[in-house]
Amino acid sequence: MEWETVIGLEIHCQLATDSKIFSGSSTAFGSEPNSQASAVDIALPGVLPVMNLDAARMAVKFGLAVDATINERSVFARKNYFYPDLPKGYQISQFEEPIVTEGRLSITVDDKDKVIGITRAHLEEDAGKSLHEGFVDETGIDLNRAGTPLIEIVSEPDMRSAAEAVAYMRKIHALVRYLEISDGNMQEGSFRCDANVSIRPKGEKELGTRAEIKNINSFRFVEKAINHEVERQIDILEDGGEVVQETRLYDANKDETRSMRSKEDAHDYRYFPDPDLPPMILSKEFIEEVKESLPELPEAKRERFMEQYELDEKDAAALTATRETAAYFEKTVEACNGDAKTSANWINGELASYLNRNNVELEDSPVNPKALGGLIERINDKTISNKIGKTVFESMWKNGSSADDVIEQQGLKQITDSGAIEKIVDDVLASNADQAQQYRDGNEKVFGFLVGQVMQASKGKANPAQVNELLKAKLS
Amino acid sequence: MINHSLTELATALRAKEISSVELTLLFLDRIARFGDLNTFITVNEEMALEQAKAADERIAAKEATPLTGIPIAHKDIFCTKDILTTCGSKMLSNFVSPYNATIVANLANAGTVTLGKTNMDEFAMGSSNETSYFGPVKNPWDTTTVPGGSSGGSAAAVAARLAPAATGSDTGGSIRQPAAFCGVTGLKPSYGRVSRYGMIAFASSLDQAGPITRSAEDAALMLQTMASFDPKDSTSVDKVVPNYLDEFHKDLSEMTLGIPKQYFTDGVDKEVTKAVEGAIRTLKKMGADTVEVDLPNSDLGIPCYYVIAPAEASSNLSRFDGVRYGHRASEYDDLADMYAKSRSEGFGEEVKRRIMIGTYALSSGYYDAYYNKALKLRRLIVNDFAEAFEQCDLIVGPTTPTTAFELGGKADDPVAMYLNDIYTASINLAGLPAMSVPVGFDKGGRPIGMQLIGPYMDAGDILNVAHRFQRETDWHTKMPEGYE
Repeated sequence: MEWETVIGLEIHCQLATDSKIFSGSSTAFGSEPNSQASAVDIALPGVLPVMNLDAARMAVKFGLAVDATINERSVFARKNYFYPDLPKGYQISQFEEPIVTEGRLSITVDDKDKVIGITRAHLEEDAGKSLHEGFVDETGIDLNRAGTPLIEIVSEPDMRSAAEAVAYMRKIHALVRYLEISDGNMQEGSFRCDANVSIRPKGEKELGTRAEIKNINSFRFVEKAINHEVERQIDILEDGGEVVQETRLYDANKDETRSMRSKEDAHDYRYFPDPDLPPMILSKEFIEEVKESLPELPEAKRERFMEQYELDEKDAAALTATRETAAYFEKTVEACNGDAKTSANWINGELASYLNRNNVELEDSPVNPKALGGLIERINDKTISNKIGKTVFESMWKNGSSADDVIEQQGLKQITDSGAIEKIVDDVLASNADQAQQYRDGNEKVFGFLVGQVMQASKGKANPAQVNELLKAKLS
Repeated sequence: MINHSLTELATALRAKEISSVELTLLFLDRIARFGDLNTFITVNEEMALEQAKAADERIAAKEATPLTGIPIAHKDIFCTKDILTTCGSKMLSNFVSPYNATIVANLANAGTVTLGKTNMDEFAMGSSNETSYFGPVKNPWDTTTVPGGSSGGSAAAVAARLAPAATGSDTGGSIRQPAAFCGVTGLKPSYGRVSRYGMIAFASSLDQAGPITRSAEDAALMLQTMASFDPKDSTSVDKVVPNYLDEFHKDLSEMTLGIPKQYFTDGVDKEVTKAVEGAIRTLKKMGADTVEVDLPNSDLGIPCYYVIAPAEASSNLSRFDGVRYGHRASEYDDLADMYAKSRSEGFGEEVKRRIMIGTYALSSGYYDAYYNKALKLRRLIVNDFAEAFEQCDLIVGPTTPTTAFELGGKADDPVAMYLNDIYTASINLAGLPAMSVPVGFDKGGRPIGMQLIGPYMDAGDILNVAHRFQRETDWHTKMPEGYE
């Protein structure tokens, strides 16, 4: 039977506010355990939450960027459950009346565009962390993270493959960074997701029973976890079994998901409106103000790149996929006298492949935009050929040096002195008299061989156009 | 001196008739002498004397406020920095708060001296003070009876002159009912008037702190300092605190008192009704008009309250899990066992009962039938009062259906106990200000209280009427025998 995969994602994204969502404590990562936990964060008796409006502002930014409804009234609710890293015994979240509803985001997979529905995005507080390392028969609790603001972005079950899920997650990730509402740091847990996965026979309208895979914190794991889960469900159904509704954990080490708890063990969270926090009412002016503060969004940027830099859609899309790439591109163009096309080629080509191969993020690239622009300048002013350019780039990547330094140190400056080239050509023709004769006899294929010999003799530095010209003249 | 009003004490302090240290020693001595009443959980001797010394210096420097140097007692529900704050529970029997509640800070900034922390029903759940982990408080008027609850320690301490004034908290009547039982004056302000920050939450949408004093004038002075807009409490109201003493000018001929027929039924003890009716006659003689008003949903107050309050409490008390502070079982197998044992050992019967009721009311499948329905009833009750206040300025009636009952008398019958709140709980549901003032005694010599209920954010009229009533009568000056 042919199966169709149905995926919905719940993305938890930490908001980059300076202080926590309901207390004045700092949100900085990596401090001494419990050094950033105030009376409110550790839930001393008698303390009360006070909403940090910055978190609301960021949630509104997100909502506007995905074309969603911003609810002028939203309500905080308590999600009740016991866990040692949840100091109050409940998490303050939004349940029936979230701040953002009904948005959408378009993704592109295999050159096909698709719109993914966003059911809602709500504000909530993060929990603390349980620490096991360094404890024997005990668990440590670090409440520094407790109360860090999150938005939980819930999608419709609109994705049909792991690739679509990854594309959607990447797009949301890029967007929150574009909006500067999150650092999106996945290692530190600032951006993580739960995936709801089910399968159904192709053509079937009813949704199959889903499993929820919890707390996936990398794009690669999302893909692997979903693919693994789909296979697991197919195996079950094809063996005549039934998928059970449950929560599963993805184990990256074993590349498998395993059951965490079944539906029967599911918590009854006993949500109810938090009586400590009145409904949050946002004025039209507030929402308007946030709208005006929105930066240029990916789609708009892509349009502008196509128009301003005369790029084709594919290049423009790749360059605007993240805020960092777009900024890198614009700085490179600036550094090479406005040669957008060559900049795009280098960034989407050589640079992208180096980053990929070495698993390096653009921010950490040893070749910065100014350096890349400098390299392009040297190609454009014919100091080096495009081919030598690639050699130069390799050295720049390894040593972090400028194109000029590499060219100077390795003596890669292109030879454009026609006397010098003529001498090399003459030498080559003298030592390859047979091939020269073959060419003169009409075998044009030999020409390429002769050009290669000249380039080799010049260590690649001879200007190829001049080599061509001189060779043709000598052989005629 | 023990019968001085707060204003008289302030005058005496300024005139150097007595120092704050002497005054503090006087009351500390009385607290020790009448320790059998069990009104205090913690007596704060050392710190109180330091505060008194500082107050004396402040008075000498002529930087005193009307409350500087006056010793008061705090209900043990308020977090007090460096002082044990138990909330009447074994769960917090080892909890020393690292911070002050906003009202504690407000009163401390005004220069009051903290004599200690008064006994109370555990987590403010109870109407008799019998649910306290630290044992019941006795009513100084008759030590075989309860002082009421949950602020029973504060009310009994003020009645026995162990403190000139005390703070209390009121979720369904916890200031007014013990004030009535102990023959003192107790005011529950409008919801949001006084900050809840640092007051250990029972039911967040109902809890409100207020003063327990011997007169309306003292209550006005205390409220003046306790009330403030507090950015740390999102439900606190950002509205200027009026000068309550300035409101004492309004003549009663400008006032219409609403008499709800639902508050004068056979369910009320005849002696209570008689005393309240007598007080209303006095108010009429003083010029007030009366009109009968209808509060048709009065009988829904108790069922509504006993869903909403436990629901909120079940969540509010989740933080007491033995992980970060408070009682933790000494032996346990795993995390779940640690929670179960710590909470089973740390909470008393009544608290557990309410956590169970509240958890049930919020459970999926029962939420609509209980919690949601209670919210709807709450709106009906709010509307009842709003309509009544179109006809009158204040509503008057009995505070409680009976006078103080015997210790142990209702301890085994939670429903009978809950019915004590029948005239008080609705006021919390509506968020209104209300006050209990003494209006007489029954044949057994037990005090009777009258409740004055005002419109939202308008305690001024209540205080004014109570103050004028107390100028005409002397019920509030009566003192139980044997406490001279």
